[in-house]
Amino acid sequence: MAKRIDVSGLTAYYGSHKAIEDISMTVEPRSVTAFIGPSGCGKSTFLRTLNRMHEVTPGGRVEGKVLLDDEDLYGAGIDPVSVRREVGMVFQRPNPFPTMSIFDNVAAGLRLNGKYRKSELNDVVEKSLKGANLWNEVKDRLNKPGSGLSGGQQQRLCIARAIAVEPKVLLMDEPCSALDPISTLAIEDLIGELKERFTIVIVTHNMQQAARVSDRTAFFNLAAVGQPGRLIEIDDTERIFSNPSVQATEDYISGRFG
Amino acid sequence: MSTAAVTDKRPSSLRGASLPKWSPWAIAAGSVVVAVAIGLIGGLSSKIQWGLIAAILFVLGTYGIAARVEGRRQAKDRVATSLVWVAFLLAVIPLVSLVWTTVSRGVKVLDVYFLTHSMGVVADSEPGGGIYHAIIGSLEQVGLATVIGAPVGILTAIYLVEYGRGKLAKSVTFFVDVMTGIPSIVAGLFILSLMLIFEMQPFGFAGSLALAILMMPVVVRSTEEMLKLVPNELREASLALGVPKWRTILKVVLPTSIGGITTGVMLAIARIAGETAPVLLLVFGNPFINNNPFEGAQASLPLYIYQQYAQSAGANAAYDRAWAASLTLIAFVMILNLVARGIARWKAPKTGR
Ligand SMILES: Nc1ncnc2c1ncn2[C@@H]1O[C@H](COP(=O)(O)OP(=O)(O)O)[C@@H](O)[C@H]1O
Ligand SMILES: [Mg+2]
Repeated sequence: MAKRIDVSGLTAYYGSHKAIEDISMTVEPRSVTAFIGPSGCGKSTFLRTLNRMHEVTPGGRVEGKVLLDDEDLYGAGIDPVSVRREVGMVFQRPNPFPTMSIFDNVAAGLRLNGKYRKSELNDVVEKSLKGANLWNEVKDRLNKPGSGLSGGQQQRLCIARAIAVEPKVLLMDEPCSALDPISTLAIEDLIGELKERFTIVIVTHNMQQAARVSDRTAFFNLAAVGQPGRLIEIDDTERIFSNPSVQATEDYISGRFG
Repeated sequence: MSTAAVTDKRPSSLRGASLPKWSPWAIAAGSVVVAVAIGLIGGLSSKIQWGLIAAILFVLGTYGIAARVEGRRQAKDRVATSLVWVAFLLAVIPLVSLVWTTVSRGVKVLDVYFLTHSMGVVADSEPGGGIYHAIIGSLEQVGLATVIGAPVGILTAIYLVEYGRGKLAKSVTFFVDVMTGIPSIVAGLFILSLMLIFEMQPFGFAGSLALAILMMPVVVRSTEEMLKLVPNELREASLALGVPKWRTILKVVLPTSIGGITTGVMLAIARIAGETAPVLLLVFGNPFINNNPFEGAQASLPLYIYQQYAQSAGANAAYDRAWAASLTLIAFVMILNLVARGIARWKAPKTGR
């Protein structure tokens, strides 16, 4: 189910502003890849090019290739809507749909896509909530509004919503930055479980988190303010944190920079 | 030495002298008394002058007394508060007096008979008759105008907020702005010119078209504001689930803002329900019951009110009917507002832990 991502020569623009330039990398299936780097270096932008959410922003434009198991996401005739069904996304701030109950939030992806059988809906919701480690906390109030949950629960609800449509890849943009340490731990545990089934890419500002959850780590940086962001290096997480091959990476990780 | 002992001995620097809680009321009462005295002595005939003098005395008195007791900064604060109160009263007094006059004059003839009979066999100068025909006309014309104006307005707003880019969106916004400023009589004349081209006689639906023109920009504006309030994160969350844009708008954006949109539409309806000019031009007025908005002249509540005044040669019976019809119209608009508030509250995104 999980799929491999192969990016080559990717450049992304906001209107005439070039945000990231010439990025190439490979993300293996059933692994966790962490993106680290200073704010504004284009981590979110790059992440959003991986499921064609970048072009939702007015003026958003992409050059280069993103292969998902050998299929170019930016190839001719590719429907961005189908891409997003394969590559799901969890955002920085928990954003459950405020008009919907907990159940409806998780079912939203299936319902809104109009492809489901009524009988399977209950199962999918239960399975997804269990997958997001939220089932025990909410099983007695599935019909209550999702916005009534705590921040950490809301974020896990958003993860449940994202995995309910069975994507192949899960992109997470700083999923814990709005959460307390306990909820963060819950989500990190969850990421460890989810990587059995999905390819996971996570942006984080927290070095320990990157070291704890990821198999591979990519370091992004800007040459200077106003310059586009670039991929400095990507390697096994252990190596990046013990013996990176680029000096800038070491400076960033040891806090001498950024 | 403990801090408690210090505060016991010296007055705290945080606590200054302050006026008692009832002082604004006392100052208000005092200024009213003084204003009445001035009015009586000076022989001022207009009660409005009395009120204005009292208001000025109240603001000045508040400042003077507070400045003396509490200091300049608190005095300014109190003056700001009293100005707000004066402004509030100035706004409320005409409103209350208007409602009071309408209710007290309107209830005289407002009964079930009045609501269920027309003016068909009653001369305008005689007592009797009712507004059934006008209610029917109003409901049909306003209803049809809403059926046309609300969807067009909402769809335009959706286009502007969700899709609109570049020149087309800019020019649509510009035309909506222009339309907001169209006087109702001009909208009426526009439809009238079309009617004259096709040599048609006045009928209810023509009025609906003019009302729809007046309604659309109001709906566009309010719907636009409501759609802009929907956080972009919700749209992105839905799109990231692989939901097409149109479905995202239909199932996520609209439900989130439906309360506000409904309120906007209701307020637009309330606005056009009181329009007289285009109805006078296009629907003409009719003392008989005409249930068909697509053929023949109809009545409507605002038009009825106007005609009772204008065509009754000062007969009291007609004045009473006009007031009663006004009361009905106000009640209609108020019910719409209440319904809008109810829907807004019922549909508001659910929060609370
Ligand atoms: N919606 C946008 N419109 C224009 N420029 C943007 C937008 N979002 C981000 N950018 C620019 O793109 C660059 C990268 O931003 P971002 O991807 O958010 O960085 P990061 O997630 O690493 O902090 C920044 O220079 C930022 O100013
Ligand atoms: Mg970011």
